[in-house]
Formats: sequence, C-alpha cells, structure tokens
Amino acid sequence: MAETLLEIRDLRITAWSHPPGEEPAEITIVDGVSLSLERGRVLGLIGESGAGKSTIGLAAMAYGRGGVALSGGEVRLNGRDIRTLPLGRLRDLRGREVTYVAQSAAAAFNPAHRLIDQVVEAVLRHRKIGRAEAEARATGLFAKLGLPDPDKIGQRYPHQVSGGQLQRAMTAMALCPEPDLIVFDEPTTALDVTTQIDVLAAIKDAIRDTRVAALYITHDLAVVAQVADHILVLRNGRAVEYGETRQIIDAPREDYTRALVSVRSIEHAEAAPGTEAVLAVRGVTAAYAGGLTVLDDVSVEVHPGQTLAVVGESGSGKSTLARAITGLLPPIRGEILFEGRALSPALPQRSRDDLRALQMIYQMPDVAMNPRQTVATIIGRPLSFYFNMRGAEKAARIRELLEEIELGTGFADRYPAELSGGQKQRVCIARALAAKPSLIICDEVTSALDPLVADGILKLLLKLQRIEDVAYLFITHDIATVRAIADSIAVMHRGRVVRYGTRTEVLTPPFDAYTDLLLASVPEMRVGWLEDAIASRRMASGGQ
Amino acid sequence: MNWRTIPLTAWIGLILTAAFVFAAIFAPWLAPYGQGEIVGGVWEPRSAAFLLGTDNLGRDLLSRMIFGARTTLTIAALATALSFTLGSVLGFFAAVAGGWTDQALSRLVDVLMAIPTLIFALVVLSVMPVSIPVLIVVMGVLDSTRVYRLARAVAVDINVMDFVEVARLRGEGRGWVIFREILPNALTPLVAELGLRFIFAVLFLSSLSFLGLGVQPPDADWGGMVRENRDGIVFGIAAGLIPAAAIAALAISVNLVADWVLTRTTDLKGGRGG
Repeated sequence: MAETLLEIRDLRITAWSHPPGEEPAEITIVDGVSLSLERGRVLGLIGESGAGKSTIGLAAMAYGRGGVALSGGEVRLNGRDIRTLPLGRLRDLRGREVTYVAQSAAAAFNPAHRLIDQVVEAVLRHRKIGRAEAEARATGLFAKLGLPDPDKIGQRYPHQVSGGQLQRAMTAMALCPEPDLIVFDEPTTALDVTTQIDVLAAIKDAIRDTRVAALYITHDLAVVAQVADHILVLRNGRAVEYGETRQIIDAPREDYTRALVSVRSIEHAEAAPGTEAVLAVRGVTAAYAGGLTVLDDVSVEVHPGQTLAVVGESGSGKSTLARAITGLLPPIRGEILFEGRALSPALPQRSRDDLRALQMIYQMPDVAMNPRQTVATIIGRPLSFYFNMRGAEKAARIRELLEEIELGTGFADRYPAELSGGQKQRVCIARALAAKPSLIICDEVTSALDPLVADGILKLLLKLQRIEDVAYLFITHDIATVRAIADSIAVMHRGRVVRYGTRTEVLTPPFDAYTDLLLASVPEMRVGWLEDAIASRRMASGGQ
Repeated sequence: MNWRTIPLTAWIGLILTAAFVFAAIFAPWLAPYGQGEIVGGVWEPRSAAFLLGTDNLGRDLLSRMIFGARTTLTIAALATALSFTLGSVLGFFAAVAGGWTDQALSRLVDVLMAIPTLIFALVVLSVMPVSIPVLIVVMGVLDSTRVYRLARAVAVDINVMDFVEVARLRGEGRGWVIFREILPNALTPLVAELGLRFIFAVLFLSSLSFLGLGVQPPDADWGGMVRENRDGIVFGIAAGLIPAAAIAALAISVNLVADWVLTRTTDLKGGRGG
C-alpha cells in the first residue's frame, strides 16, 4: 500500500454572494467532499461547470479564489493539515510541494518575460538549487515534454510559441520544482484535438516518469479516462461517485455518471441530398486586410431542411466562411447563391428579406445578447422588425417561441444574466427562429456548454429542423457532434475544403491524411485509447 | 428599491446635493436679503443679522451664497447636459460609423483639445457678448470633447460584441445600434464621468467668473464670490473661503451620489441593478 500524499476530509468551501438589493448571503460551493490520493497516482476530478472541481483543485493548495473561504474540514498534505496554515507557511509550500497548471497557458504566462525565467521562477524562489542547475533541469523537462529545440525554446517569449507548446511549457514549470503534487486545471480544454492528444501524451509520460501525484480536473470524461487512475465525479459541490477509472467508464453506478458517460446518444438518420440547394458557395476566396488569405476556393452546398457540418481546427477558416456568407467579410472571388439568387457580397446591399432568411447563432450566448434587454425584447425585435408585429400579436408569438425552445413563458421578463448558459443559448435559437429563416448558421453553438446541456441544445435543434424545415450550416470542431447531427460534412484545413460529401462518404475510409489525423485524435471513452492512438500514429509515420 | 440598502456615503451625498438643489430652487424665499442689496459694513463678522457675515461691499454673504447656488448649479448642470448629449452621441456615431467619419470627427476633437480650454473660452467670450446662454454653449461644447473621447472608446469596445453584430445582420439602422444596443451598455462609465464633469463645469465656471468673464456682477456665483472676497483672506476674513468650501462640498457630494449610482448600474450580473 502506497503512502497517502493528499487527504481531504469533509471539505466545506463557502463564499459570500452579494445580490444587488438583497442582504449578502453565504453560499456553499463545496459541501462535505472527501478524497485521498497516494503518491504517484492521478485522480481525475470531473463534473460540469459549477460542480466545484476547480475550487477543490485549488483547495489542495489551500487557496481560495476570489473571496472563497475554505471554511471547514481538513486538507492534509504530507501528513499535516494545511487548511489553516498562515500565509507565510503556505507560500513556502506552494511551488515546492504542490504546483498548478492552469487552463489557459496563454493567459497564465506573463507576456513580458521569457519562458525560461518563468519556468525556473518557483525553484529559484524556494532556493533549492542555483540558476544554472534550474535551467538545466528546465531544459531537460522541455525535452521530456517533447518541445522542439529544448535548449533554445526557453529564450522565447510566450507569444512566439504555439498554444500546445505553451501548455507543455506550463507543465514543465509545474514539474520543475519537483513537487509531490500537481494540480492540472483543464490543461487541454483550450487546445485543438490534434494538439490535445500530443499534450495529453506528454503530460502522461511526465507524470509516470517523475512519480509525481496529480489532481486532473476536466469536464471531458474521455480525456480523464486516459490519464487518471481513479475518478471522482462531482455535481453541485458534492461527490457523486468515486471509483477506479475502468469502473467509472465501463460500469458507472450512479445515474448522473451514466448520463455523463453516454452523452451524444443522439441518433439522426442521414437525409439524401436533394438537387436544389438553399445555399451554394461557389469558389469563394476571402482575405483580411493585409492580404492574408483565410478562405481559398471554397465550394459547398446546403440543401433545404438539412445540416451541413463544417469541421476543422481553430484557424481553418470555418468561422470566416460564416462571415463571408453573412456579408461581414465580402469575398474577393467567387459567388454565394441563396435560394437560387446571387447574394450581394456586402451586407448593406442585401435586402431585408435576404437578411431575414439567413440567421446566425453564436458560440458565446453571453455576448450574443444585449445584457440590458429582456428576453421578450430580444426575441420580439425580429418580429417587429421583419413582420411588423405589435402588441398582443407579438406577445403571443413570443410565448409560442418560448414554448418551442422548451423554456416557460415566465422567462419573457428575465434578463440574460438571470439565465443559465443553456437557457441563454435557447433564447438565441428563439431569436433566430423568430425571423422564420430558411438557413441558420450555427457557429460552435455547443462548445461553450457542458456536455449534458449541449446534448439538450442539439436535440432541440434537430427537433426544430423537423418542425420548421430549416437548414443548418453547423460550424464545429467537435467530431462527435458532427457524427450526431450532420447530413453532409465539409472538412476544412488551412482555408481549404479537404474533404466534402455526405456524412457516410466523409466518415468512411479511405481518408485523406488530414481527416485521418483529425478523426484519430478525438478521444474515445475507453481506457488505453491514448496509447493505441499514439502507437498507431507512430506506426503510420514509421511506415512512410 | 430598498432604502436600507443605500450606503451611508450615498446618504451623505444625497442629502447634501438635495440641500444645494433646494437652496437653488427656493433662493428668493430662503435668502434673508436680496443678492445685490448692501445691508451693512464691509466684511462684518458673523452675527444674528448676518449669519455668515458680509462681503467686500457690505452685502449679506449667506444671501449671496444662496443666490450663487442657483446661478452656479443651473449653468453647470445645463453645460454638462449639453456636453454629454453632444459628446456621447457624436462619440457613439464615430465608433459605429468608423472609417472616414470617425477620422474626421476624432481629428476635429483633437484640434479642439489641443487648445487649452480656458484660453479657448477666454478668446471666444471676449468677442462674444457674455450672457448666460453663451456661457452654457461655450462650456458645453468645450467639455464635450472629453466626453466624446470616452464615449467613443467605450462604444468601440461594445461595437465589436456579438449582440451588436446580430443587430447589424438583422439590418438595423445606426439609430437603433447607437441608442438601443450601445447606449444602455455604455451608461456605467458615462455616469461616472458625469459626476466628475459636472464638478469640472462648476470649477470652470468659477475660474471664468474669477477672471471676470463668467457670471457678471452684481449676479452672485460662487467662483466670482471667491474673487470678490479674496483680499479679505490676507486680513484673516473667511468670506472668500466660504464659497470655496461650498464648491468643495458640492464636488464631494455629487461624486458620492455618482459612485452609488455606479455600483447600482455596474452589476451586469444582477441584471436589474437593484
């Protein structure tokens, strides 16, 4: 039996909330969570946003973010309770015994300092070893984590390396002081799938080789299944289920865990492409000022009442395609046909009816709605703007739309801030539907949402497609979503469409090199997937 | 709104501001003497007849303070209102229109700002007849350049938000984008600026009056009163300090109120703002 490194017992974390116009109230963020972690093991903390997973992760460093207080229970690290230690002693311990890897390395690195200075900072601060030795150790870690040119990369500034490399540099920073415990807070969430797999493999190797213990926080069960020995499922600040990874994945005991494991259960029969197209993009090339070409000769078609999924990594030009279609970025070459007519390239020249028939739903519902307008105003504006609806007629239609998106009519008087993420996205859908469009462009509409909520949104979109006979151009980086809802698929890479056809055609081998890489990088919900994927990739590159 | 949630500082600000406004509105009934009336000796000390003493000509200081509140507050409030309407509408318009419109407006404002405000006002007022409407327009236009800068900066940030893009894709005109999408979200920094700008207007008016180009005697205004009584300070007579203290008290109380309004409106998460 290995030695217990971290033991959290009956942890209670609270914060003061100050709702305007009301008395401040104490709210409980984490309630009675216990866990223990042995040396050299990895524990995955999983849950949706608001589950308290990051808060618990930081509590392992006896840190409460933004006025959060660790108000009860025990946090024992290396045998002593650190919850009530004074700040000076904690400072001594953080960065020596326990370190932290944040979700967004780009935001966590100071852009004004070189990587190497930031990576060795904690080591030097704790005066364990001298600078030369620390830098040598950092260089060794860079090499171990698979960063290119490990001797020199430390001399670069954060903006000079890619997102995946930065995340690895941050892992090197955490490993550099040779801590007993690392807290990984969603380290791969902000990365593209093809990058995520490399970073994940690098993190896993580093954990294994250095025998460090880790708390791995994520909302993605498939990711945590690759690195964790045990998993703790959290919901609303309480522990739902704890078990070995294999057991959680293969035989979950609780209903909530089962729901998490089985998301993307949506079935959607692929429709046969018709001859006519509601939207036809023909040979569109678009560039931003300065001459950077972001779309290169793109041609796709969307058929009435069907879904075209445009899939690709960040920077592949998929959102730019949406901007070209909506007229925000007039293309240099090519034409866009909408319901058989050529759309004028620039927005101001388009007729009101063209604008009405082409609606858009955004990735971040928070910023897609004016925070100072009520739901009724937000949904009602397209009604009065396009259809001249007033008074009772408009109110009735708003109620109808609210029913359609499965929110109650009681939501009409709420402000966006009073809605949850999923509810906000539903209101955005209602706003698009209010215009009675023939095509809705959905730009990453589920990527900011928790898996279960996203699932609900996708089901709603499919239901509305059946009822309203609306076509979707669905932009996403998530292959699982594409599999669930698409009728046809366009795979984009560096501004070009590399593969295009019906869903079956695109997802059936033989693949082109990029699609193969993309599909192979999507984490599968099974233990050992990462090793298989890396092995098959090595074989493929060895064979070439 | 719950009265009990108003913090103490806001109460102090509200009460003092209300007192100033009350004095300004009901000046003829409140003041014991007329504002130009010579009722006693020069710089008489405080007494039962003259609660704050008399000024450099033997006029009752309290009466002049009360009438002064009326002139000072009215001119400052109207000038601030003008500068905010002008500055924020033009600033929003420049941000939304972009391109050459933005360039032309912004450079024009740069030119106006390059000339020190006080000197600019002195030049304009020396060729124009000094009347209260002229004073208000000059002060309002000059101050609007600062408001323009702020409004444009705030609006540029809001203009790139998705909800503005939604409105634009819907085909909304500039009027809707400016007044319905941007303005409600830009109010917070503008209200903060409003409190400050109002005080600057009071000070600006006081400086102009101090230099003899503002409110013309025998009308009372606080800045002019400081000038009239400044020689007394050398002899240990506080008559010049009282209007100065009133300006300071007004500055503080208006900003206490502005700060409170700010905390009520900043809370986007709360949505309703109390």
